[in-house]
Amino acid sequence: MAEFLVFCEVADGKVKKSARELLGKAQELSDGDDVTAVVVGSDLSGVEGLGAWGADKVVKVEADILGSYVPGAFASALHQVVDDVSPDVVLASASGLGKDLLPRVAALAEAGCASDVVDLREGDDGIVATRPLYSGKCLADVTIEDTPAFFSVRPNSFVIDEIEEKDGDEEDFDADLEDDYGYEVVDVETSGGGAVDLSEADRIIAGGRSLKSAENFSILQSAANVIGAAVGASRAAVDAGYAPHSMQVGQTGKTVNPSLYVAAGISGAIQHLAGMRTSKVIVAINKDADAPIFQHATYGIVGDLFEVVPMLEQEMAALLAE
Amino acid sequence: MKIGVLLKQVPDTETRIKINGDATGIDGGDIKWIVNPYDEFAVEQALQVKAAAGGEVVIFSLGSAKTLDAARTALAMGADRAVILDDDGFAGSDSYGVASALSKAASEEGIELLFAGKQAIDDDAVQVPQIVATQLEWPCATGISSYAQDGDSVTVKRAVGGGATEVVKVALPAVFTCDKGLNTPRYASLPGIMKAKSKPVKRYTADDLGVEAGADNAKAVTANFRLPPGRPPGRILEGELADQVKELVGLLRTEAKVL
Repeated sequence: MAEFLVFCEVADGKVKKSARELLGKAQELSDGDDVTAVVVGSDLSGVEGLGAWGADKVVKVEADILGSYVPGAFASALHQVVDDVSPDVVLASASGLGKDLLPRVAALAEAGCASDVVDLREGDDGIVATRPLYSGKCLADVTIEDTPAFFSVRPNSFVIDEIEEKDGDEEDFDADLEDDYGYEVVDVETSGGGAVDLSEADRIIAGGRSLKSAENFSILQSAANVIGAAVGASRAAVDAGYAPHSMQVGQTGKTVNPSLYVAAGISGAIQHLAGMRTSKVIVAINKDADAPIFQHATYGIVGDLFEVVPMLEQEMAALLAE
Repeated sequence: MKIGVLLKQVPDTETRIKINGDATGIDGGDIKWIVNPYDEFAVEQALQVKAAAGGEVVIFSLGSAKTLDAARTALAMGADRAVILDDDGFAGSDSYGVASALSKAASEEGIELLFAGKQAIDDDAVQVPQIVATQLEWPCATGISSYAQDGDSVTVKRAVGGGATEVVKVALPAVFTCDKGLNTPRYASLPGIMKAKSKPVKRYTADDLGVEAGADNAKAVTANFRLPPGRPPGRILEGELADQVKELVGLLRTEAKVL
């Protein structure tokens, strides 16, 4: 039994779908106690339907300065809501923003915080979280006895089948914020547009150095487009200049948790496996039958990715067209 | 300008992790330790700011005696001195405790600008720099990939996912955490390595700083370390390549249910 406050991220005026997973888990663990959703932004008129995802209450904090991610303003706003609601547990998605923000709020509350957890359950001394360390080379349990306890949750960690619909009563919260936090987002540059973020992606197709050039990554992109996947790369491919670091999967890149991970021409170095080992289904495509990646794959095809990937794209397109 | 760098020593990325006897951590026995890769970008950036604006670069590191090895690497790259938080009073600290000690030490040393790696590749917590900034009441931009300083104003770029990059203007004093691509860290030269041995190293204990750190004060307690469960053995498909691909797509749909 615990009261939950769930920070629901808003992008382009809408709540991100990661909120459903967090609210569903909160409802399961709250055992009938209140689950409150909190959203912050400069225009929250498009935020709706959180009751259907299990929110008993929805707290909206609207202010001009919250229109872009100003960490000091977000942290202060959220801290004020935490003070007001006084929940036992605060959850956020371990997205880039969530991982950045939550420790700041916990610091203001002088409370404990665990990042990027992959499991949450009721323990003897409160909520117990499991989190990967060393990029998933090992796991450990984190207990935070004092309340509020802060956890950011790795996207796609929980399967939430059913959520009991709640009222989702809305409340406008007037946060006391400054005009200036010494931090101003002056521009946002987008490249390509609409690209899926790797760390939140549900499907990923990644390539290694065997792609031989940056141009050849278009083979993966083309297949990825068919199934709405993000494209990733191994460190070897990034070091060779075939892909930007933002696409790197592994211990010194992104840690990913998709339901489908296709590794094309990736041998499976320890540091790469560390970044993608929690993927639910791993497909390995490699010319070298002895590549370590095959020992971690759900399905493997020994073959040249330049032959296999285009065939795979065709087959998937045919299947999805049915 | 007094520029600080938060530095951490971590196991090399190729390390096979083993769990220690009572599952309270990893077995440090035959681990090769390195400077956290992202921290190298932080050291380099601090050295570049010093070259342009003058001042000194101070390395801050919390941990046991071997932490000094990592600090020496940074001193060999050109940092001026190190502050080591080496005391049993810090053992078992959580991120909050570590950050409380580091922010206090940075204040004691009159630091006006702080760099750190965007993430330590051991605990992957991504917490300490933001907590330090919150405690110092400084702005903090994380994961920066470019840095341009103009007096007390710094313009940085940071990737925010989905291929987008934010351009952010930050007022000093501030904390910045550094991503790959920000710069190319210099190698320590042989004379640099020799010089590093005689550069000043200051030590603080938890009592010196008056902070409540260590296991007894940890708000988040991490225990029960274990290796992840192994994956069930997979299937290597056989036959003509075209048939394998057909079979694979069928399996992804009907067996794995991910398409």
